[in-house]
Amino acid sequence: MSATLTAAPPVRYPPGDLAIWIFILAELAVFAIFFASYAFARMGDVAMFNEYQATLDKGVALINTLTLITSSYFVVRALAAIREDQRKTSVRWLLAALAMGALFLVVKSAEYVHHFGEGVRLSSNTFYMFYLSLTFFHFLHVVLGMVILAAVALKTHQGAYSASEHTGMETGGVYWHMVDLVWLILFPLVYVMR
Amino acid sequence: MKYKSQAVAKPYFIAAIGLFLAQVIFGIVLGIQYVVGDFLFPEIPFNVARMVHTNTLIVWLLMGFMGAAYYLIPEESERDLYAPWLAHLTFWVFLVAAALTVIGYLAVPYARLAEMTGNDILPTMGREFLEQPTITKVGIVIVALAFLFNIGMTVLKGRKTVVSLVMLIGLIGLAVFFLFSFYNPTNLVLDKFYWWWVVHLWVEGVWELIMGAMLAFVLIKTTGVDREVVEKWLYIIIAMALITGIIGTGHHYYWIGAPEYWQWWGSIFSALEPLPFFMMTVFAFNMVNQRRRNHPNKAAVLWALGTAVLAFLGAGVWGFLHTLAPVNYYTHGSQITAAHGHLAFYGAYVLINITMISYAMPLLNGREANSMRSQVLEMWAFWLMSVSMVFITLFLTAAGILQIFLQRYTETPLPFMVVQEKVALFYWLRVISGLVFLGGLGTYIASFFVAAHDAKHPQAIDAGKVQPSPAAV
Repeated sequence: MSATLTAAPPVRYPPGDLAIWIFILAELAVFAIFFASYAFARMGDVAMFNEYQATLDKGVALINTLTLITSSYFVVRALAAIREDQRKTSVRWLLAALAMGALFLVVKSAEYVHHFGEGVRLSSNTFYMFYLSLTFFHFLHVVLGMVILAAVALKTHQGAYSASEHTGMETGGVYWHMVDLVWLILFPLVYVMR
Repeated sequence: MKYKSQAVAKPYFIAAIGLFLAQVIFGIVLGIQYVVGDFLFPEIPFNVARMVHTNTLIVWLLMGFMGAAYYLIPEESERDLYAPWLAHLTFWVFLVAAALTVIGYLAVPYARLAEMTGNDILPTMGREFLEQPTITKVGIVIVALAFLFNIGMTVLKGRKTVVSLVMLIGLIGLAVFFLFSFYNPTNLVLDKFYWWWVVHLWVEGVWELIMGAMLAFVLIKTTGVDREVVEKWLYIIIAMALITGIIGTGHHYYWIGAPEYWQWWGSIFSALEPLPFFMMTVFAFNMVNQRRRNHPNKAAVLWALGTAVLAFLGAGVWGFLHTLAPVNYYTHGSQITAAHGHLAFYGAYVLINITMISYAMPLLNGREANSMRSQVLEMWAFWLMSVSMVFITLFLTAAGILQIFLQRYTETPLPFMVVQEKVALFYWLRVISGLVFLGGLGTYIASFFVAAHDAKHPQAIDAGKVQPSPAAV
């Protein structure tokens, strides 16, 4: 792997594999319908939604929001590092991003344990149904995103990416940003907006 | 045909088409019974004809999938089938079991058949689509295991491609979910709940993987497009099919006594079930437009494109039509369901099987493509069957809308049978479309004989003769 003095290759648009963008589009369509259904159901019984929304812990959700944003930032740093052929640094940033993802899962799981302890179930009411389904569907996406990031980290460690060729890392990063983005809509929608 | 053992696919394909013919004939009998209630009574009562119609459909589609796998897997794995003799043996076991089951349906009353086959030992009979006697079900499992072992070993020992892995995962899923047909709880809610794990998770889950793999295989072969491109499409399509399809099972749980959240889950996820089918359409047309070669088997390409379009219409659009819980509240179990069922099964699974058969049969007979005369017949068959199936769908949709309005929506709802009389015109039109469909299938079957004749007498064919493409891969 030789460092070159020439300028970095121009960033292709969109970054990553086109296929991931099609997949992201489809994923966002699922979430969009989920969010729209939430809004629609809420319209039918605003008072009930507000009442049970108050039982959610906004502070914890804010921590999780910051966790995901930070992990996205780490992925950006990992990409910046590989663009300068700093493979080891890149791997470290990816591991940091993964750690933040894991932190998100831990915090979210603690939230679930708390709510289940309170007797909250899918059938409790429509608000809790949406709260549990939406956040758990997102939870699964965090898990999938972490699997992808772990695979990218492993490949980076094995030297599969370089300054000239790192489409795979861009692809994984783009997916991770989507997971982050969805939470940035989910958080205000389910936890904050009244 | 690259490997000798691919030839085991041939009897599967032939039997599939034979059963397809039986299915369509019984379909027409049923269509007539809708309007002439005692047609062929008491010899073939409606419930028996319906059982034969749906069961032969499932069996012939399975025959087709197996044949497709026996053709596709060796070619993808770049080696002969692990045990061709086993494939031959299971073919006869499967065919004889299917034939005996159908004879059982027709020869004795269903309750008597249940008694004769020892249903009381392990009761699994009496449920729609899973009417087969328990011993037949056991036979299906044994055949499926032998089949999976055979192709599994072939994949393991040979080249592993995305196409063959997706196909294998789909087929394993098919076998696994069939096991739920043995679970028959007395609680009717639980019974229905898991019944859908066979029915829904087949057609809106694992079968989509099989379909995707078969379509990808035929498109790779006929268009010469890079495998890498096809594989990416396949990944996205199956991911979407599974994301939407698995939880989409919920659209069957609205009114059976399952928890209420299924109304949301089912509506949200199944609303997106058209997406993978739409992607399949875009994929197929993209591949054909970017083709690097003109495959001489034009008919196979037509069937492939037809699959993509009609699967999207039948499974995607007609499914969406009644998938949302508030809509389904009115449409449930009406002729809308029948309309969707017909176009979805035809568009997705009938056509993907014919696509594969149409592509593989000439090769199994030692030629890259059939004579132009034969292919023209095939194309006639495609249009006759497809257009008449679209008409069947439209007539049933019209009947359904009228039925829902008169029976469920109006201020003064009418009883079921009164409404059936009122929509009879559409049922008659459906029977006529069904006869055209039978004509289309007859044309398709005739194309094989024309192909065989033309291959024997090449001098008899005029200038329209097909030249094997030199760019053949």
